[in-house]
Amino acid sequence: MPERILQVTDLNKEFKVKTNKIFKRSIPVKVLKDITFDLVEGETLSIVGESGSGKTTLGRCVLKGLDATSGEVIYQTEDDREVDYLNLNKEDFKKYRKDIQMIFQDPYSALNPRMTVYDIISEPLITNFDLEKREVEELVGDIAKKVGLNPSLMKRYPHAFSGGQRQRIAIARALITQPRIIVCDEAVSALDVSIQAQIINLLGDLQKEFGITYIFISHDLSVVQTISDRVAVMHLGRIVELASVDDIFDNPKHPYTEALLSSVPKADPDATSDRIILEGEVPNPGNPPSGCEFHPRCPYATEKCMTEIPEIKAIGKDKRHYSACHYAEELQLRGVDYGAKAQ
Amino acid sequence: MNVNNIKQQPEEKPLLSVKNLNIEIQMDNAVLNAVDGVSFNIEKGKTLGLVGESGCGKSLTSRSIMSLNPKECETTGEILYNSTIDKKMNNVNIVDLDPTGKKVRSIRGKKISMIFQEPMTALSPLYTIGNQIMEAILLHRTKNKKEAKKIALEMLRKVGISDEEKRFDQYPHEFSGGMRQRVVIAMALSCNPELLIADEPTTALDVTIQAQVMELMKSLQYEFGMAILLVTHDLGVIAEMCDEVAVMYLGKVVEKASVREIFYNPKHPYTKGLIKSMPKLGSEKKRLEPIEGTVPLAINMRNKCGFYDRCSERIAGVCDVKAVPDTQLSADHSVRCFLYSEYGEEEKNA
Repeated sequence: MPERILQVTDLNKEFKVKTNKIFKRSIPVKVLKDITFDLVEGETLSIVGESGSGKTTLGRCVLKGLDATSGEVIYQTEDDREVDYLNLNKEDFKKYRKDIQMIFQDPYSALNPRMTVYDIISEPLITNFDLEKREVEELVGDIAKKVGLNPSLMKRYPHAFSGGQRQRIAIARALITQPRIIVCDEAVSALDVSIQAQIINLLGDLQKEFGITYIFISHDLSVVQTISDRVAVMHLGRIVELASVDDIFDNPKHPYTEALLSSVPKADPDATSDRIILEGEVPNPGNPPSGCEFHPRCPYATEKCMTEIPEIKAIGKDKRHYSACHYAEELQLRGVDYGAKAQ
Repeated sequence: MNVNNIKQQPEEKPLLSVKNLNIEIQMDNAVLNAVDGVSFNIEKGKTLGLVGESGCGKSLTSRSIMSLNPKECETTGEILYNSTIDKKMNNVNIVDLDPTGKKVRSIRGKKISMIFQEPMTALSPLYTIGNQIMEAILLHRTKNKKEAKKIALEMLRKVGISDEEKRFDQYPHEFSGGMRQRVVIAMALSCNPELLIADEPTTALDVTIQAQVMELMKSLQYEFGMAILLVTHDLGVIAEMCDEVAVMYLGKVVEKASVREIFYNPKHPYTKGLIKSMPKLGSEKKRLEPIEGTVPLAINMRNKCGFYDRCSERIAGVCDVKAVPDTQLSADHSVRCFLYSEYGEEEKNA
């Protein structure tokens, strides 16, 4: 029976944006609003949304890379204790920090060019564990083989590696502390398709072998469909829909999800393109629209949407599908078109 | 094709014909064949897609058409440009022209214009949007500032920027990514080019904005009737926008066909691998089939197939010992692979 490993409740994050440099006035901009979700051990939860929707901020707040303004992240430790990850004391934080790791988007800027690959991969080991040199060498060699790097190249510097290999180095560095959760922030976006497929498969294999839980942040819906168990769709700092991957792609319950799905160009010249084109731009988070924040771009918006903020609520038979739309139950929305499919 | 041949059938002449284009870059102790024997035609009003992974030479090829490559790139071959409007611009070989000369400047930005990948770096932060659009118009279309402003405002309206009078005097930082890309498109189309080169025009944009920009480009192509050379690595964008596709790998065009042939009847092992390795929306959750290995450097690759080390269908002793010829499979489908050429016969002749 898979267990809950992380519970995020009402997470909020505000950034202060300076409006007046002389009098040091600033206004708070809400980047995350009441984010609530849970994470089950061994699953992949993807977070999708446009740029500026707060996906990366969410990933960093969960990791405590950024301090959240309010809310809590309850982490179920390996010895079955529930700890408030955001308010740990120094000692505990050191103890549990290694359990949640991160892989960054750009493998070119995520690796220090002045450190050898061996130093990069072994650094988390040295800071988190008290190991002898020989043991460290052994572990680094093992992990390098696991991610498909040649252990004899460990004394080289990152510039000698290609983009795909660098991403493997970044994955090895995240894996070396044997984490239980890895936050992948656009981990495959900067890679070419043929290399991207290699890394996606690698992430899948590692998950099977070590039972790792992924929070997979991405804007690429085709990658998300390939890799996820559940998907959360974010719009302007809010989760607007959260459901299993099949429900999101076949049976979306939020107009924003529908529009996102229909925007993806299909690799099929015969596909009919009766796509929903959203008018306008992503609203400014500093000055969000009233009511439902999607209403200025929503083709189904009514007067109610302009004034009332919709609550996120469970719908459907098994109440596992969450949507923040007033008309989630009534609207008939289109999922991915399986009609004319290539091959 | 020689000159006589072209004179006999003037209506058959493609707008742009690239023939055996080579770009070499001198490295410390080797020569990098960044683009190696690339040939393709762009017909009037049609869209040609150039696909490939990073480093395959697709951007260098497209920039050489504008003669914008840095000095280090030694370019040989032919890029024949046949203007349909300007009779003086017939059979002009862009490669032979002085990259800073008058003739190239009369083509660049006017007859052939370009949209770059990153809309923030393509616009100068120091000038207003209006000034930047007017620059090209004042150079090529009119000397009258008032008239130029009128044209610029009309272009802004055409690319879907509302409130254009106010937007005209704003700076690029006041625009969002999608809006900036619209401005770049307005700039590129302000002189009614015959050919638009779009180098990854939507890669930096969100899917929702990408959909808007693709729709815009299609409708403007319909309106102005220009040809488009679309350079991208996104097969989804290719499927949606293009009539013909050229797949590039390691500086060579490995397969060239109509868009339907590429997707439904791919021949080259690389094209097949590319289509298989791409996660597709609406397919079942299954393991992807990546192409193993990585792209090698294009050094000393002329006498073997560049894809040899990664190919699942390679023939040892054939693919790795000599240059691969181009095989014409049908009128609109050619492939550069020994699997489809009669290599046995060639060996006999040799």
